[in-house]
Amino acid sequence: MQLFPCPFCGPRDETEFHYGGDAGNVRPDGTEVPTERWAEYLYLRTNPKGTAREVWVHMTCSEFFVMERDTVTHKVLSSTALGGEHAA
Amino acid sequence: MTASRLATSGGFIDRSRPIRFSFDGKTVHGFAGDTIASALLANDVAIVGRSFKYHRPRGIWGAGVEEPNALVDIGGSTPPTPNTRATTEPARDGLEAKSVNASQSALADRNAFMDRFSRFIPAAFYYKTFMWPDWHMFEPRIRAMAGLGKVDKDWTSAGSADQINHHCDVLVVGAGPAGLAAARLAAAAGQSVVLVDDQVRPGGSLGHRDSEVDGKPAKNWVDETVAGLAAAGHLILPSTTAFGIYDHNLVGLNQRHPDGRQDTLWRVRPRHIVLATGAIERPLPFANNDLPGIMSADAALSYLKRHAVLVGRRIVVATNNDSAYEVSEAISQAGAEVTLVDIRREGMPATLANVRLLKGRSLASASGKLRVDGVTLDDGTRLDADCVLVSGGWTPTIHLFGQAKGKLAWSEARAAFLPGDPVDGISVAGAAAGTVSLKDVFASSAKAVASLGHTKAAAPRSSGPEATAGISPAWPMPGSKGRIWIDYQNDVTAKDVELAARENFVSVEHLKRYTTLGMATDQGKTSNLPGLALMAGITGRTVPEVGTTTYRPPFTPVPLASFAGARVGELMAPVRRLPLENVHRGDGAVFQEYGGWLRPAYYGNGDAERSIQDEARRARQSVALFDGSTLGKIEVIGPQAGEFVDFLCYNTMSTLKPGRCRYGFMLSENGVVFDDGVLVRLDEHRFVVSCSSSHVAAVHARLEEWRQDRFGRGAVYIHNATSDMATLTVSGPNARKLLEALDLGTSLDDADLPHMAVSHGTYAGDEVRIARVSFTGDRSYEVSIRADRAEPLWAHMRKAGQVFDAVVIGLEALMILRAEKGFIVIGKDTDGTTLPHDLGVDGPRTKRKTEFVGRRSMFTEEASRDNRMQLVGLTVPQGEAPLATGAHGIERRDGKLKSLGFVTSSYQSPTLGRAVALGLIERGAARHGETIEIQHLGKVRKATIAAPCAFDPAGDRLHA
Amino acid sequence: MTRSYSALSLFKEGLAGQTGWKPAWRSPEPKPTYDAIVIGGGGHGLATAYYLAKNHNITRVAVLEKGWIGGGNTGRNTTVVRSNYYYPESVALYGLAHRLYEGLSKDLNYNVMLSQRGMVNLCHSTGEMEIGARTVNAMQINGIDAELFSPDDVRRVAPIYNFSPDARFPVFGGIWQGRAGTARHDAVAWGYARAASRLGVDIIQNCEITDFIVEGGRCRGVQTSRGMIRADRIGMAVAGHSSVLAAKAGFRLPINSYALQACVSEPVKPILDTVVLSPGTGVYVSQSDKGEIVIGGGLDRIPSYAQRGNLPTLETVIAGVLEMFPVFGQLKLMRQWAGIVDVVPDSSPIIGESPLPGLFLNCGWGTGGFKAIPAGGTLLAQLLASGKHNDISRPFDLDRFASGRLIDEAAGSGIAH
Repeated sequence: MQLFPCPFCGPRDETEFHYGGDAGNVRPDGTEVPTERWAEYLYLRTNPKGTAREVWVHMTCSEFFVMERDTVTHKVLSSTALGGEHAA
Repeated sequence: MTASRLATSGGFIDRSRPIRFSFDGKTVHGFAGDTIASALLANDVAIVGRSFKYHRPRGIWGAGVEEPNALVDIGGSTPPTPNTRATTEPARDGLEAKSVNASQSALADRNAFMDRFSRFIPAAFYYKTFMWPDWHMFEPRIRAMAGLGKVDKDWTSAGSADQINHHCDVLVVGAGPAGLAAARLAAAAGQSVVLVDDQVRPGGSLGHRDSEVDGKPAKNWVDETVAGLAAAGHLILPSTTAFGIYDHNLVGLNQRHPDGRQDTLWRVRPRHIVLATGAIERPLPFANNDLPGIMSADAALSYLKRHAVLVGRRIVVATNNDSAYEVSEAISQAGAEVTLVDIRREGMPATLANVRLLKGRSLASASGKLRVDGVTLDDGTRLDADCVLVSGGWTPTIHLFGQAKGKLAWSEARAAFLPGDPVDGISVAGAAAGTVSLKDVFASSAKAVASLGHTKAAAPRSSGPEATAGISPAWPMPGSKGRIWIDYQNDVTAKDVELAARENFVSVEHLKRYTTLGMATDQGKTSNLPGLALMAGITGRTVPEVGTTTYRPPFTPVPLASFAGARVGELMAPVRRLPLENVHRGDGAVFQEYGGWLRPAYYGNGDAERSIQDEARRARQSVALFDGSTLGKIEVIGPQAGEFVDFLCYNTMSTLKPGRCRYGFMLSENGVVFDDGVLVRLDEHRFVVSCSSSHVAAVHARLEEWRQDRFGRGAVYIHNATSDMATLTVSGPNARKLLEALDLGTSLDDADLPHMAVSHGTYAGDEVRIARVSFTGDRSYEVSIRADRAEPLWAHMRKAGQVFDAVVIGLEALMILRAEKGFIVIGKDTDGTTLPHDLGVDGPRTKRKTEFVGRRSMFTEEASRDNRMQLVGLTVPQGEAPLATGAHGIERRDGKLKSLGFVTSSYQSPTLGRAVALGLIERGAARHGETIEIQHLGKVRKATIAAPCAFDPAGDRLHA
Repeated sequence: MTRSYSALSLFKEGLAGQTGWKPAWRSPEPKPTYDAIVIGGGGHGLATAYYLAKNHNITRVAVLEKGWIGGGNTGRNTTVVRSNYYYPESVALYGLAHRLYEGLSKDLNYNVMLSQRGMVNLCHSTGEMEIGARTVNAMQINGIDAELFSPDDVRRVAPIYNFSPDARFPVFGGIWQGRAGTARHDAVAWGYARAASRLGVDIIQNCEITDFIVEGGRCRGVQTSRGMIRADRIGMAVAGHSSVLAAKAGFRLPINSYALQACVSEPVKPILDTVVLSPGTGVYVSQSDKGEIVIGGGLDRIPSYAQRGNLPTLETVIAGVLEMFPVFGQLKLMRQWAGIVDVVPDSSPIIGESPLPGLFLNCGWGTGGFKAIPAGGTLLAQLLASGKHNDISRPFDLDRFASGRLIDEAAGSGIAH
């Protein structure tokens, strides 16, 4: 059982969180977005072995935040609220 | 008579409480405080089981969790449990124990003949044969031969197992000298301590090894230390095994209860973990080293001191290390004739009182048919013996350290792997860290807790004779004569390891998997190290070069029931319940689960189909009442609410006027229709998203995500009001009349409340929201009210409905009504590939100018394909039964059968007097009127493609 | 020296003390160049090498394995073999694998213990029965054996299942595939390794890829912990670590890595003949020939490369097992482990040339790669040999993500892979 630090609620059990994807995967708008670019946004993932920067949601408070953690050791490196700006 | 109970001593048994239990049908006498194993030994039961493969007779090896042989199915006065370890299971009065893997009994096993074929069935033989004619010919017999204990098919649960979450500063695993010292020091440093030990009584080796601490007998020191910790409020859990270290150092504990109650699972989150888990004695390699009567020297000492059991009369002790000397002296003093065979010439005293000492000698083989009767030394000397005690050295119990991904370091001096570089939050003390003398043990304990702050107590001092660590490795050697067992339970011999090496299974994981070494229920606690040392010897590598296999939880087997805890039955996956559930039950509703909700399927205890047909028919005739409380009601409020819902919805919603509703879809970014529903605009900045019942949580999550990720916190606020309000639906030609009788204080005139409009009224002082939307195709009103005030309103509706012959309908009838109209249910009439234009809603795709979720995916190659599956109606000739839902439209192409799509909904319509169906059919929208073949479970029928709507296509009844 | 495996050779070797067996596969030093390199010595990689040699007569092939062969997901799965798929594309793929499995022991001269005792995917509601019918009909149309089971049928094949009236997930019926079953996972890897080695393939263990050699925009070889090895055709089958190698090759994949846990009970005498999957609990259960109850469930919910199971998922899975088979409440968990799986948005594999020309992919099998090993090997071998897709692998190319033409079994049938 991992403990994740919600920036709003503090450390909580992993079961309260939901993975939201790569941080920085910015949505391209419009119908003119090239096919490959749209597929990249929809499907391609960095999936790093080691340090990862990801968007998570703490389901019990509904807040999204960015967490840096190590996907091998499961060590949590940082967690930051979105702070009003879009996840980047 | 060889093994026997002595008349005196035995600190763990209570001679005033005799007990009786049975083993393989024979009565065994013992005392409270015995384990099954100690009682069996006291009764001189030598053969306690049969080995997995060769059905060799096997006796008790150890006195703890490492036991490979003595597994029994227990029952009788205790709940039936297969494969219980006799060395750790307390003996209880009335218990019935049965040896595993033996046909009849351990003593007389019908499959004992297997051993005679052993040369033809070496490790992994099954990969090389049984291929002709076919494995299926052989498998049933192999299966029947395999397996250990038996599952009792009539077993029922005595209730759910307890699970406890606990936090502490320091968790100390093991209450031997190292653990007790660490716990005491940590406690004195102001830390809250949990001390766990897998034995019934704390003390570890101090329970049977002679020692003195702080000037007093070790036993007294143990009692005082435990009492002191308990008095200071620290938690001490005996009979509790730490079985696993999981992420972020969460530790799983398996607590057993002396009263036979179900085990308890503890999840402990300590700030720091001290592993004081001791060490396990290894066997020595010699031919027939698996015979009953050959056991761990330390175990024999333990049985002597704790249970007053002397394991033999004429005993040969064989060792490669110092620890067996104390054993030899003790059993000699207890009255046995002892010969000590030490592989080493040097070190330790040259003579022992009353012990015949043979130095520089080792065992070559043991003899005996059903139990050992003697040994032959490497020089050919033959010694008679009724018991052989062996000590092949000590393997530190570092499983938990390994589970925590700690790296191991090979120690030549200890001939063992020791914990290597420290792991965050974990320290190791005592024999697990390779210390032997009590002085070193206590020093390691002090070091293990040194980081936890200043401790007010001094480390305990050893004041008696000290154990020494001398050892000369005695690994199994390649090319040795005879059958030398490495893994007792899985019948892996030295020759099997050699075979594995010969066939290139030299990596440690290949060795394990190919020979099954270490894969038995004891997880190789006595066998892994000798096995890989032998592999090292064969392949000319060092032991650390061979490496170890991965340490995997659990350290000892843990009841499945402990993991499940209270999550049985409905608690495993709770259903959501309607506020009016009890009222519906009173009305005879039959409930089913739909999308996580328990809802009335239909009412009445008669024939289901007839009830459903009757409800659907009557709903069209006058008026129907339906509990639609599960309908999602998520409010979107804020200055950018209009822009927000436009982005989330496929259809433009911001053009909606306050007080009006609009039907639409929500898409996923891949374009697939994710949900449908009616959006209500309450005022300029406030919308209600009415999503499908089963999608509420997912839609809510999606709204939150886009709110925070795209619009910002100030743009909108989202509130899920689904369970705050009950929604009661009145539908049918007389719906308005019924509603008027309720006097809701608002005009129901069509001019004031037209179709797809919303208004507000009051009922008994509570605000009600009345939305004129329809899922039946008839004039309908959805009345939403505070969930806790819904019951009087529902009762009033029922009463007012009497004059109209109103009918209360369940979900099944509603399904018929909406299918007659061609209204879809997402996930039933769509699948995970359905795009909005497949459902005939192409407008936003081609016309919308603003961005929305899934928009770009409307224009992929896939979305633009001309042969997509599209929503259609399907009709069958009058009088024919409905099509089967799930049947496929088929055609033959190039001689091959091909699916054209499938039937998604199909019902008998009582109003139309014929079957109606919806389906997703390839290019269906352009094929109305075409007749296709429909296949279900091999049978083919014909159906004609039609428009989805089969009833009132003009929609007149919405306004009737 | 004994080369061929049979009851007779085993008997003869028994008389000779089992001393005449040869290494199951050779462990040669890597050569500087090969005609083809296969990265990954799991089932898919070894099968690829075997079929390159057998079907295409390309024997100058190296299989490069970071650790020891069969040590990844091949040796960590729950050994289920089945082809109860919904879409024709999936049926063609898994049907090919299933047919090859049926002849595999004889083909490889290695008993992989394919045990076709059947598998039932339960249906717990009227709605699930309708989807069940949809799936069974699709399977029958696509030429795969399937039956729609009634509750009585389920009771016949799994009498110890929880049929109590207050069961949380009542049995309305199920989807039955009689040809489904299990195979011995290690034996599949070892059998392919032995057969490939005998055809001349070099199996190089403890050989980690550190970089790709790219010349003229094409992949021409690899740098490894055992030196540079060149070949003009390189296949990779490194489930769980596909993204890691892709990053070295300079591209990203539509993959996330997750841990999938499995566990076994202590062995008991035969009590369960078939594989039983409950969509309600998300758990599937079978009993191995050794007697262990083999338990698989859903993924851990956190992307991870740690081959380590977590407690919350284990608890959920085991609660599911006991809901399905209450009598297993008397059993104990013996061993728990995890593998790292490639999770793809549509849960279908990726087979085809990568964005780096000359490097071909076999990845993305999610939780279901084991059952597909013979097909994955056959198809990647054909790609490596000819540079062209087989009709069966064509739909699974990486290009489907741009075209939107995903093959999502869960979308069609509700059945997870």
